[in-house]
Amino acid sequence: MCLAIPVRVEELQDNEMALVDIGGIRKSISIALVENVVVGDYVILHVGYALNKIDPQEAERTLALFAEMGDLDQIANDAAAQL
Amino acid sequence: MKYVDEFRDGERARELAQKIGQEVAPDRLYHLMEFCGGHTHAIFRYGIPDLLPSQIKMIHGPGCPVCVLPIVRIDSAIELALDHGVILCTYGDMMRVPGSRKMSLLKARAQGADVRMVYSILDALALAQNNPDRDVVFFAIGFETTTPPTAMAIRQAERLKLENFSVFCNHVLTPSAISTILESPEVRELGTLPLDGFIGPAHVSTVIGSQPYEYFAEEYQSPVVIAGFEPLDVLQAILMLVRQINEGRAEVENEFTRAVTRDGNVKAKKVVADTFEMRREFEWRGLGLVPYSGLKIKSNYARFDAEQRFTLKRRSAQENKACECPAILRGVKTPRDCKLFGTVCTPENPIGSCMVSSEGACAAHYSYGRYRDQAIIDDKPSMIKTSST
Repeated sequence: MCLAIPVRVEELQDNEMALVDIGGIRKSISIALVENVVVGDYVILHVGYALNKIDPQEAERTLALFAEMGDLDQIANDAAAQL
Repeated sequence: MKYVDEFRDGERARELAQKIGQEVAPDRLYHLMEFCGGHTHAIFRYGIPDLLPSQIKMIHGPGCPVCVLPIVRIDSAIELALDHGVILCTYGDMMRVPGSRKMSLLKARAQGADVRMVYSILDALALAQNNPDRDVVFFAIGFETTTPPTAMAIRQAERLKLENFSVFCNHVLTPSAISTILESPEVRELGTLPLDGFIGPAHVSTVIGSQPYEYFAEEYQSPVVIAGFEPLDVLQAILMLVRQINEGRAEVENEFTRAVTRDGNVKAKKVVADTFEMRREFEWRGLGLVPYSGLKIKSNYARFDAEQRFTLKRRSAQENKACECPAILRGVKTPRDCKLFGTVCTPENPIGSCMVSSEGACAAHYSYGRYRDQAIIDDKPSMIKTSST
């Protein structure tokens, strides 16, 4: 039920609909629940409706957080090895 | 796929798991409940329990809308389809859920009822437009994620002046369910289910925001981390919860900042508020009657309300007594504790609702976890005795 997925908006259509790309498949969905959707936006698609936009900057920040954690571990390991 | 694959990096997952292992206190247990079925699914699918240290116990909560719908509502949907001659539309995972006497919508269809599986309520609207001489009823279920689409569709039906479209509304609210779990006797008094923290719903929160959880953090001193549904999201949320617990904090933190803000989707919330109102109480499978936890269609849209439009028999329905779904949904028991699990009750022939939806604890456990259990049992023969008593 809640297994929604991120999709990219490819084309805006009439009646608050948009064409999106779902891993290579194109489908028409409703964007009536989300303000100011433009082509290129990533939205979370659930039961035929976009629920919200994905903020690419926040996505990058979260990924950077994971990456940084790995780097910090590496630094700690290197430091430990030098002792 | 963008914003999916990056959050499934196996190497990063191992690093996060290692970090969790380093930070857990060796002498205490961390009971963490993931409320959402989406998290339950991700945890089993990606083998997250294998990565976690033994101090962390994941408890699978009631957050699957299919699993919490009581039998009596399924019976009503079957009655609509069989006795009222409507085209009954619903999402795929509702089709096989057993109602009373093992009847399901799929079996009703085999008996001649017109039951259609749809991916979106928009498909149900289109069916109503294309079949003006038939009544089309949408069997609406779900949390705050599916509610805004239902509200939008009712508005659309009004704009289109559709006379033959209505909604059988079973939408429920996440925060009231979390309150009920925290206030249930098992949790509060008996101490059988100590909960040290919650992983908050991902997509529900994209709509309602992180603000509604602040009450739990303050009132129950329970940390909440809202997390996405990818494996790295779940691991990161566990790490954030461990840190809060270690530091004695109880706050709402948001791991899913790429889609969740404090206020959520204001437009969607407004559409829902304008279309629905709270029911004084609503029955949840496993939790019983929960006050102010369900929604009904407002009176100015009464002509789109299937409960107003059709006379439905109100019957009480009995659950299968051997089915442990109610205890599993409250996190008091695990699928393994149920005598029916994997024998009488399987995804092909589900007895209880937790086995039907792929997000249900039993179905997720059956699909991804049961061989792991078997390996543990094979290693320790004495456990067979324990589990059978």
